[in-house]
Amino acid sequence: MSDATSGPTSAREAVLARVRAALAEATPADPPARAYGHGAAVADVPALFAERVADYRATVVRVAPSGVAVAVAEAIEGADSVVVPDGLPEEWLPAGLQVVHDESLDATALDRVAAVVTGSTVGIAVTGTIVLDHGPGQGRRALSLVPDLHVCVVREADLVADVPEAVSRLVGSVTAGRPLTWISGPSATSDIELERVEGVHGPRTLHVVLVGG
Amino acid sequence: MRVALFATCFNDTMWPETPRAVVTILERLGCTVEFPLEQTCCGQMLTNTGYAREAVGLVERFADVFEPYDAVVAPSGSCVGSVRHQHAGVARDCGRPDLALRASAGAGKVHELSEFLVDVLGVTDVGAAFPHRVTYHPTCHSLRMLRVGDKPLQLLRAVRGIDLVELPGAEECCGFGGTFALKNADTSVAMGSDKAAHVRATGAEVLVAGDNSCLAHVGGLLDRQRAGVRVMHLAEVLASTEVDRAQSHEPGATGRGQR
Amino acid sequence: MSATFVGMPAFPTAAREALGNAQQRRNLRHATHTIRDKRARVVAEVDDWEELRVAGAAIKDHVLTHLDTYLEQLEESLTRAGATVHWASDAAEANRIVVDLVRATGSQEVVKVKSMATQEIELNEALEAAGIDAWETDLAELIVQLGHDRPSHILVPAIHRNRAEIREIFLREMGAVGEPAPAGLTSEPRELAEAARTHLREKFLRAKVAISGANFAVAETGTLVVVESEGNGRMCLTLPETLISVVGIEKVLPTVADLEVMLQLLPRSSTGERMNPYTSMWTGVTPGDGPQDVHVVLLDNGRTSALADDLDRQALRCIRCSACLNVCPVYERVGGHAYGSVYPGPIGAVLNPLIRGTSSAVDKSLPYASSLCGACFDACPVRIQIPDLLVRLRTRVVDEKRGGLPSGEEIAMKGMAWVLGDADRLERAQKGSELGGRLLRRRTSLGRLPGPLSAWTDARDAPTPPEETFRTWWKRERG
Ligand code: SF4
Repeated sequence: MSDATSGPTSAREAVLARVRAALAEATPADPPARAYGHGAAVADVPALFAERVADYRATVVRVAPSGVAVAVAEAIEGADSVVVPDGLPEEWLPAGLQVVHDESLDATALDRVAAVVTGSTVGIAVTGTIVLDHGPGQGRRALSLVPDLHVCVVREADLVADVPEAVSRLVGSVTAGRPLTWISGPSATSDIELERVEGVHGPRTLHVVLVGG
Repeated sequence: MRVALFATCFNDTMWPETPRAVVTILERLGCTVEFPLEQTCCGQMLTNTGYAREAVGLVERFADVFEPYDAVVAPSGSCVGSVRHQHAGVARDCGRPDLALRASAGAGKVHELSEFLVDVLGVTDVGAAFPHRVTYHPTCHSLRMLRVGDKPLQLLRAVRGIDLVELPGAEECCGFGGTFALKNADTSVAMGSDKAAHVRATGAEVLVAGDNSCLAHVGGLLDRQRAGVRVMHLAEVLASTEVDRAQSHEPGATGRGQR
Repeated sequence: MSATFVGMPAFPTAAREALGNAQQRRNLRHATHTIRDKRARVVAEVDDWEELRVAGAAIKDHVLTHLDTYLEQLEESLTRAGATVHWASDAAEANRIVVDLVRATGSQEVVKVKSMATQEIELNEALEAAGIDAWETDLAELIVQLGHDRPSHILVPAIHRNRAEIREIFLREMGAVGEPAPAGLTSEPRELAEAARTHLREKFLRAKVAISGANFAVAETGTLVVVESEGNGRMCLTLPETLISVVGIEKVLPTVADLEVMLQLLPRSSTGERMNPYTSMWTGVTPGDGPQDVHVVLLDNGRTSALADDLDRQALRCIRCSACLNVCPVYERVGGHAYGSVYPGPIGAVLNPLIRGTSSAVDKSLPYASSLCGACFDACPVRIQIPDLLVRLRTRVVDEKRGGLPSGEEIAMKGMAWVLGDADRLERAQKGSELGGRLLRRRTSLGRLPGPLSAWTDARDAPTPPEETFRTWWKRERG
């Protein structure tokens, strides 16, 4: 037996040995029988998604593909600077908009940017959740975190009904080593008397542009 | 139908009117009730205080005494909870797998009063009359261990003349909890005081429940407050028939029912 | 108030003091009822809630009974993804690892995501002793840290504080450790949250090292998951160069698919929302995105002592949602501090004695800090049979005391068992109560009684015994 205090390898052996000793007599439990739902029967997924996102006091607008740029323009009105990730479809941005491109902005520089526009990977109707896998058009994680306004474009084609469906779609991203950020409304806290307050460290405003067709 | 009555040691010793009421109800419904004299206690108090080794003898006695019967009925949610939910585990933990098997096998035929009436006999109207304002506290073990649901309320709703009012925060524990009431007396009293305040807010004359131990705790607080609310076991309400007898339960008297 | 739980008295003593704090009782009552109602509403929305609970319990049971396999798989996946894995048998070892890692970066400060595991090992105290400032960034943790207070709830560590108290703490303390609170700060939750945002932002922007826990760790991919609300977690997990995550060994899940269960159970049980605002998942190092120096410390610290037994092991299913606290009638009245641990409430009453043992006064008393009402089991998203565990632990406490001089309780219980062990003995004892009943026949209840029964009669009248037991009546009428 190795000495548990003499180094990392021995601590590893000590913990694993204790685990094995504890389990020596235990009856192994089977993997779960998954009797819960997968793909809830939702009549109108985009409508439910829009409703549930709005429940978190996020703004949701529904547009046709041709209307994205106008909706984005409205969302960022008043923001004096806007950052966009590489790979964001050009047609989503209002013509002539001055944008900051995300090249090696450090945190302090990013903190001076007022708004960010990103795409998304999956939207979940039942929970009103948007998932970013930070692929092209979504940017690295800090980008959609530090600016105070997050305008997020979600395609109806990327919507699913429930969490299990979403996880099925996201397994590939995780296996490929991508980080995921699940966003359900603007940042919030209930730490003071359990009263929900929107807007703490993450973007205080979440503006979702839901693209139909 | 031949039914064994498990009176429970507390009821037998302290509240005999409750098992007597069970006899009245069951005989009224055509059952032949037997009271096996060898019975004593389910051992719950010992088990829940950590004295499983002392309780295991009572688990065995319970199996010995009640094994010959097809149905056992007891006017206590928590004692039935202990028999059904704890006996086999106590036996197992004390190295008595044989007894654990017997306890598991026998558990299904042991019923709390409201379960027996509604599920086994299929009756909700037991022919009772009780013209008083009543509120019902669903004790924790009936509610969450036995899952009796609204069976006691179904029975109470069928009582003639009753004015049944809903108890606010009904599903919250009254704070009795066996030796908890002594070991953590301050917390127990804080919980019980909230329960008593809810009871008083209903304006009920009588607080009804399926466990005399919880009733002794809340009733003891109500009495100390001179609240003028009486406590009564569900069985006694269901046993009441003639209006005059019910009226002789002087509403507003302190202390527990008639002796 | 001391910042640690060392030397806590037994639960009833601490509870008595807490019950006397009227302000805290009002705060707790308001908070627990608010969250209880929210949880009930969002759980009722889910048709397959029970199936999810069953699956959640089954996933955990499967993982825990194959824990060695999954821990090794997790280590391998993490290493492949560029993370460095460390193992810690106990708190001291974990603290040493983290302190050394921080020192190696040359940084004098760290930002922290709320993490039960690091509170459990008292990492902040270890960092402080090493001259490293640890900034808690979760709002409630910030309130506790600035107030030199102790956490009293798993999810909302400052649940015992109301808005006015929080405002005072912010005004008094923020300036000493960074950006001060604005002078005109009111007690509006929105303004208080804004003050926290401003206070912490400079710390986030300059921090080089972050310390987190993890809600889940996926063995097949090496993915860690942090579930949060405010975005402080995302700040810590994303902006610094070095990220150190301290993860209890019971947090491992086999597959990504298991998250579909946990991410339904946890948010609804914990904050009473359909989904929490932010969930972050990361797999080791992501080139060009987030910390490039990633460490994971796998922590035992007593968990393996709850692993062998089927019932004990259920406690390791816990996903720290705090639903059991919020529905607990004892917690609601006494609050979290009396439990003498960062794990209060029903789960604390079982987890602490399981992982710390039952040698201290408070750990011996915790299994008794419950009326066994069962509300915790009904609320628990992974179906931990907390009442059964409490009873089991009571037996352990009693059995450990056996053999010495018997206590009054032991003598009473043994006497009771002897009397009840035989129907004739019971009947003879009942003759005494019948005599008492005849002597007291005019009274319906008793006032204050002496001795141990005074614990009953200090606030409650006691029933008088009847003149005739049921047994006597039966023999007379039917015998
Ligand atoms: S024991 Fe269950 S209810 Fe309590 S915190 Fe853990 S998972 Fe949640």
